[in-house]
Amino acid sequence: MTQKRIERSIDLKNGRVDMTHGSGGRAMAQLIGQLFAKAFDNPALAEGNDQARLDLPMVDGKPARLSFSTDSYVISPLFFPGGDIGSLAVHGTVNDVALSGAKPLWLSAGFILEEGFPLADLARIVTSMAEAAKRCGVDIVTGDTKVVEKGKADGVFINTAGVGALNPAYDWSAAKIKPGDAILLSGPIGDHGIAVMAKRENLTFEEEILSDSAALHEMIAAMAVSGAAIHAMRDPTRGGLATTLNEMAQSAGVGFRLDETAIPVRAAVRSVCEILGLDPLYVANEGRLIAFCAEADAEKLLAVMQAQEHGREAAIIGRVVEDPNAFVEMKTQLGGHRMVDWLAGEQLPRIC
Amino acid sequence: MKYIEEFRDRRLAEKLAASIAEESAGGKADGRPFRFMEFCGGHTHAIYRFGLPDLLPSTVEMVHGPGCPVCVLPMAKIDVAIKLAQLPGVTLCSYGDMMRVPGGLRMSLMKAKAAGADVRMVTSPHDALMFAKENPDRQVIFFAIGFETTTPPTAVVIKQAQALGLKNFFVFCNHVLTPPALGWLLEASKDNDADTPPLDGFVGPSHVSAVIGTKPYEVAPRDYGKPVVISGFEPLDVMQAILMLVRQVKEGRAEVENEYTRAVTRDGNVKAQALMNEVFELRDTFEWRGLGWMPNSALKLREAFADFDAEKRFEAPVSEAKENPACQCPAILRGAKTPEECKLFGTVCTPENPIGSCMVSSEGGCAAWYSYGRRGK
Repeated sequence: MTQKRIERSIDLKNGRVDMTHGSGGRAMAQLIGQLFAKAFDNPALAEGNDQARLDLPMVDGKPARLSFSTDSYVISPLFFPGGDIGSLAVHGTVNDVALSGAKPLWLSAGFILEEGFPLADLARIVTSMAEAAKRCGVDIVTGDTKVVEKGKADGVFINTAGVGALNPAYDWSAAKIKPGDAILLSGPIGDHGIAVMAKRENLTFEEEILSDSAALHEMIAAMAVSGAAIHAMRDPTRGGLATTLNEMAQSAGVGFRLDETAIPVRAAVRSVCEILGLDPLYVANEGRLIAFCAEADAEKLLAVMQAQEHGREAAIIGRVVEDPNAFVEMKTQLGGHRMVDWLAGEQLPRIC
Repeated sequence: MKYIEEFRDRRLAEKLAASIAEESAGGKADGRPFRFMEFCGGHTHAIYRFGLPDLLPSTVEMVHGPGCPVCVLPMAKIDVAIKLAQLPGVTLCSYGDMMRVPGGLRMSLMKAKAAGADVRMVTSPHDALMFAKENPDRQVIFFAIGFETTTPPTAVVIKQAQALGLKNFFVFCNHVLTPPALGWLLEASKDNDADTPPLDGFVGPSHVSAVIGTKPYEVAPRDYGKPVVISGFEPLDVMQAILMLVRQVKEGRAEVENEYTRAVTRDGNVKAQALMNEVFELRDTFEWRGLGWMPNSALKLREAFADFDAEKRFEAPVSEAKENPACQCPAILRGAKTPEECKLFGTVCTPENPIGSCMVSSEGGCAAWYSYGRRGK
């Protein structure tokens, strides 16, 4: 007669991460089984192997190209208005994959846990990730867990890698940007960085500022079939809109000319930036994208974006010009001109 | 009134631009353009950020002044701060903008932190005080810099530390004063060679003036015949101040006028001045980067507060850091040269790798020009 094994539940309410959770032994198996695998549950994960075995996605009966991206999340604080490190880790990588025009399919999730981290907080994060993944229509199919001594990680660090199926007909790239192209922005800038900064500094406002962290794959899919000739897309995360635009201008070897009055910024975000001496152009965003398309298609693409949940406040913010210096310049709200240079140094520590 | 949008109104800016152009048409009596210096780095920043040079006529030229406390701190002082941070048991608290500034040995507080020194970024001296209170086992040194805007808060925390009986809180004091620097500029501009056009007036700093009032600037009209207009930081403030300066010059007046009446009075913040006077006294002399040694231009802690003086408590060896001889900051700070006339500008000397004081902080004239003003020809 086989003995019935009693499996104790891990104490998700009051327990803490300890070194045994990373040692590969029973405690780790319990943590994975009762927390991660349970929350992320899907057939590939349920097989319980070291790797997920997945069928090659097809487009029009032919194998799709794969779009593959990875990102690590070290944000502090872990929970902030509008999200947490878990939902951020899902949205961020889903977006990076989707920005190629691919349909996001699968994510991996690697966790580095600090000894002493409350399991209740970990459970909150894992639940948030599972919900975000479900909303995005992706499965978290493989993962890893490590534990480091107290003081060697800030609570939890997460890495997600993502794979998506890309229609070979889409080849959006900074190299495709041409003089004359229109530059579109999907919504107000600065929400994420300021929401995190406010939480970190314990600032409170009449109007709460929420991170804009969101998955943009549905809007991107609508833009892809809009008929507009899209040349490139990217998301302005760390370093803000200014940094991403400078990267793309340099990559493409062209200049950008922006109109400050066309760039949406929430009044509350602008006020906080003024108080703290920050420029919204350099503040991180987690649910916005920049798109470049042929001039003639700008209004059409804009309309498609504005019809989407995460593109309601989309705007055409400038155009592409010939410029051997690859400068990004802006007409200011007063009608003067200024450069929008690369960020020198650091505006905000650890906001994504 | 919301205070941000109203002072950035485009139509008002256009009206002011038109008035400035009309009233400065033809230049001064001798046909030369009006040349005004905005003393404060915050104004330099505002001018470039909003693209004001495009709104000003060619008959008005703005020259960028030395009112940036990060820029005027000598490299030798950064080296002292780094040495202090490297002492065992010490936590050095610093404002963010000081962290990147390279010292004489190409080290910076940021690099020292990466190498293991306990350097913490704070946004106010209060943060440093609280850290000292909560960590009695650390010797906490606050790296105090700034003109009169930041000096009263430093005075406050020193008094608070005294009231709390803290034994582990110190201030490394590098506070400097505005009127002596203005006086130095006025004297130095006499040394500009005959081809360098003179400065016709000054746009005076906003927040310094909220503290010290407008009285201390009276030395400029009285002893040098130069007008001063105290201005707020918003672009419309600066434009209004420029218009007021043009009018003074045309009408042959030299006075201190106040454009920033919503925050500045003639006497200033008397309580803040009393606090500064209670805690600090004048140093005989102080080295200003780019400007040289200036008497009675900087502050140190009074004897009564010696227990909180980092220079008394710790060995602070002064280094022999030397400026790059090709650096043109001294001439740029006097208005005798522009950033582009310096061979190092934009090549060796950039915001990421600043050689001289004007490039070191985002408010320095060279840094502001590099980050905002450079544009394709």
